[in-house]
Amino acid sequence: MSKGRFGIHGGQFVPETLMNAINEFEEAYSRYKDDPEFVAELDTLLREYAGRPSRLYYAAKMTEDLGGAKIYLKREDLNHTGSHKLNNCLGQCLLAKKMGKTRVIAETGAGQHGVATATVAALLGMECEIFMGKEDTIRQALNVYRMKLLGAKVNAVETGTMTLKDAVNEAMREWTNRVADTHYVLGSVMGPHPFPTVVRDFQSVIGKEIKSQLMEKEGRLPDVVMACVGGGSNAMGAFYEFIPNESVQLIGCEAAGLGADTPKNAATMANGTLGIFHGMKSYFCQDEYGQIAPVYSISAGLDYPGIGPEHANLADTGRATYVPVTDEEAVQAFEYLSRTEGIIPAIESAHAVAHCIKLAPTMSKDSIIVVNLSGRGDKDVAAIARYRGEDLYE
Amino acid sequence: MNDIKKAFENGKALIPFITAGDPSLAVTEQLLIEMSKNGADIIAIGIPFSDPIAEGVAIQEADLRALAAGTTTDKIFEMVKGVRPQVACELAVMTYMNPVFVYGVDKFMAKCAECGISAVIVPDTPYEEKAELSSACDANNVSLISMIAPTSEDRIQMIAKDAQGFLFCIPSLGVAGVKSSTTAQDIDCMVGMVRSVSDIPCAIGFGVADKEQAKLAARTADGMIIGSEVVEIIGKHGENCIEPVINYLKALKSAMI
Repeated sequence: MSKGRFGIHGGQFVPETLMNAINEFEEAYSRYKDDPEFVAELDTLLREYAGRPSRLYYAAKMTEDLGGAKIYLKREDLNHTGSHKLNNCLGQCLLAKKMGKTRVIAETGAGQHGVATATVAALLGMECEIFMGKEDTIRQALNVYRMKLLGAKVNAVETGTMTLKDAVNEAMREWTNRVADTHYVLGSVMGPHPFPTVVRDFQSVIGKEIKSQLMEKEGRLPDVVMACVGGGSNAMGAFYEFIPNESVQLIGCEAAGLGADTPKNAATMANGTLGIFHGMKSYFCQDEYGQIAPVYSISAGLDYPGIGPEHANLADTGRATYVPVTDEEAVQAFEYLSRTEGIIPAIESAHAVAHCIKLAPTMSKDSIIVVNLSGRGDKDVAAIARYRGEDLYE
Repeated sequence: MNDIKKAFENGKALIPFITAGDPSLAVTEQLLIEMSKNGADIIAIGIPFSDPIAEGVAIQEADLRALAAGTTTDKIFEMVKGVRPQVACELAVMTYMNPVFVYGVDKFMAKCAECGISAVIVPDTPYEEKAELSSACDANNVSLISMIAPTSEDRIQMIAKDAQGFLFCIPSLGVAGVKSSTTAQDIDCMVGMVRSVSDIPCAIGFGVADKEQAKLAARTADGMIIGSEVVEIIGKHGENCIEPVINYLKALKSAMI
């Protein structure tokens, strides 16, 4: 009966209209995921087009400055389009094409997933429509124009809080309206089965590369792998390979906005309770009647009231821990990494950098932290300038 | 089994949907009384949800208005329990999985039974996930209504075989409130597939319903669910919505006979 469970989490809580579409997607995925031709085609695209493998960079200055654990940065920001999102989009769009779909739709928060989807749609000659909260189209205006340049239609969603949650609602509605020729390229390890599994598998290349690259450089496993978490795709991609290696501590950094104890945050693990929404059973920020909370973070990509079901289960079992990071801590980390290593991270990824700054000095010099730098920060420069009181507009 | 099927015994059933608490629970209470007197065979009471992913704009906005007015699941149950003796027709609630799950599935279904609500409709809980609800529904004698869509195809018979109460049939694609171009053939085909495995009543849920569609539904189906037209009338007229809602229902009812 129920499929795609991670412990008690997951499932397929979608309207009947979509059930055959997700079943068909699941069948296509099982058929192609080990198909040598499909795997070779995807590998070629990941290597030649996306620029994989991404570098595992030893951040010597940061390590020296913090005076504790050795810090490595997994440079997903160096992927084509500037984030890890492309890994999943290449996989899903290629699958959609094999399934005979001619059109892809997607939600986006910060715009990185929208840009990645629009990019692959252009590459594969597919029609593309992106749903983005109106609030996010304002704070990430540059990415909106990038999507348009890539030939996508961008729909500004004006319902609810006009952010990522509302973009997902609208993308699901659009898929319900037009399912025959359209695949919904969900951008995170969330939603109904099989999305959490498919997206995790396509992103798991991150963790596999970390493991082999660190083995080459240090001859051992890391002590800590950390990543920012909204829905949780870059974190799941980085964590998955290490789940059986219990000596490796896995830490997800979620957006605490103005503070996890203030009304303005998106810290699902800190404040969320069990619920069923957006196709999955998981933890959500919500009230006592199950109304989804209007969450907040400076980071449009982490500004989401839920978390992927596999993360919820990793938290339940204690295999991973999740920590809140505030806007101010993330902005400081954004500035710190720019000055110290000459790398401007996405404000999302800066949440993980912020926790690394706290954790590294408490660890011994022979220990190793890997931070997944999920995206680059060009898109955030104007917003951070405004946060710091500069009168800068794009 | 409970009485929800009785609603289909006196000709074609008319099933209007309203969002509880829009514009106020007092108006909802009046609507329940008046709709019941004027042609409604079942009333589907919507418990508003912050993020109704299967609804079009009209019901989304109604849900937000109701929540902004302070409507909660408890207040809705309290109102329904109070007004139930004055409402002769059958009652169903329609909402999303999260409000039911967070309230507590057992507690929710027990409350339904206590308030004389004989069916629940939860659009984001398909056949594969109904185990989350079915034992609590059975324990409280509340029918869990199943839905079928044009994309259901080979799933229709699997769903129909296990269905309780009546079957909610959506003959056109899309979220509620989108004008459909459903043909008599679409309905005949869908109902025919159900009939081959089950004699369960089939109610057709349209996007925006008019008299022509009411006639279409009445040809082969057993009833008609009015998705968003009533909600739109309530949105337009607010506190003064009772009379226009009743006039609309009467027109549909006469077209269905």
